[in-house]
Amino acid sequence: MSDNLSTLRDALPRLGEGVVVTLQLTLGGAALALVLALLLGLGSRAGSLWVRGPSRFVVEFFRGTSLVVQLFWLFYVLPVFGFRMESLACGILALGLNYGAYGAEVVRGSINAVPQGQWEAATALDLGPVHRLRRVILPQAWALMIPMLTNLLIQLLKGSALATYILLHDVNYFIEQLRRSTQDTFFSYTVGLLVYFALAYVLTLGMNALEVRAKNRLGSGPSLREVLRVAPVPATTRGGAA
Amino acid sequence: MNDVWSWQRAAEALPPILEGFRITLLATVVGTAIAAVLGLLVALVRRSRSRWVTAPVGLAVEFVRSTPLLVQLVFVYLMLPSVPALVVGCVVLGVHYATYMSEVYRAGIDAVPRGQWEAAKALDLPRTRVWRAVVLPQAIRKTLPGLGNYAISMFKETPYLFAISVVEMFTAAQQFGGRTFVYTEALTMVGLLFLLASYPTSLLVRRLENRLA
Repeated sequence: MSDNLSTLRDALPRLGEGVVVTLQLTLGGAALALVLALLLGLGSRAGSLWVRGPSRFVVEFFRGTSLVVQLFWLFYVLPVFGFRMESLACGILALGLNYGAYGAEVVRGSINAVPQGQWEAATALDLGPVHRLRRVILPQAWALMIPMLTNLLIQLLKGSALATYILLHDVNYFIEQLRRSTQDTFFSYTVGLLVYFALAYVLTLGMNALEVRAKNRLGSGPSLREVLRVAPVPATTRGGAA
Repeated sequence: MNDVWSWQRAAEALPPILEGFRITLLATVVGTAIAAVLGLLVALVRRSRSRWVTAPVGLAVEFVRSTPLLVQLVFVYLMLPSVPALVVGCVVLGVHYATYMSEVYRAGIDAVPRGQWEAAKALDLPRTRVWRAVVLPQAIRKTLPGLGNYAISMFKETPYLFAISVVEMFTAAQQFGGRTFVYTEALTMVGLLFLLASYPTSLLVRRLENRLA
């Protein structure tokens, strides 16, 4: 056991590199997915069939064909057509396209869940379509969609473990290397799973912070600073004069 | 175009892929069955009043949920070398999705109106009958669409079984590509087959959702 720990200690720099690659894939994929989700989600609600049709098609296509197939297709088949991509770009693109399609449904559903009166009020105030969306609808929809986006982000993190098979040295690859050097499957995989668990936990905490902020900006719920404050909120606001 | 896509090669790749499709379906069905039963058990256990029960189960569920299926598959496969890969695959898929499905069940059980519980209590029904005759029939009706959606996503995650060398649809395509050094036809067809199978099913689940809601 102590041998294992010292091997792990020696391997820590490589673990760091693996975590960086996994985070690059996760955050890069998530950024691409978010942009796609917003575009496709808004496109799916468009009045014109020329916008709605292609948006729906893209969403259903990337939701319907498995992530694994998409990733390997980008890696093995796309070069045949003359596009050769680096492994990292390939991974980010596959994760972004797949989870962007899932996210588009979240965006669409959340925008639909914003009460009709909000649209009418914004129209009554003579806000233009862009203004209406950016200042009234999206801030409210954003607060609704964050919990579901958190789930997708964790899914994306888990999906990034595939990167080992397109020759990237991510956390999954590190686990395999650790297993080789310690000859202890249980130890190395437990360490690896704990690393993934910790990453997922940190991402969840970050998303929860975003949710608190989004709700606070809508005027409901405490601000992030109040939530994070260690000391209890001083009671000076109540009956301070007495 | 002809040097990129060959119909002849596509025809050659099709039989092993369809053979793999059977394994894919088998893994999905068995995995869903395990997930549906285990998920219900987990949901029931998590309703226990004792924190000594709920806390460890909660932590285990959270752990399985937030670590990659791929890594779990390889882990269990390496730890149990004597168990056939397909069995490992079905069980790990089932356990992984049980953690998702337990949440669906929990929501379904919570959605049973309080009056139903009170009425069952007023009728002095024994605990097992309250669950079996009153609560679960109503809860499971509400959870069916959610379970269906997870069954579809499990179907699309079966390609992960390639990591433990179960020859399902994707692995079959991968092997064909490895033999001929051309992946184009086989991988494309597998992707389209996934779409062809999962899209109509998801439309069906959506109709079920509207019917039951």
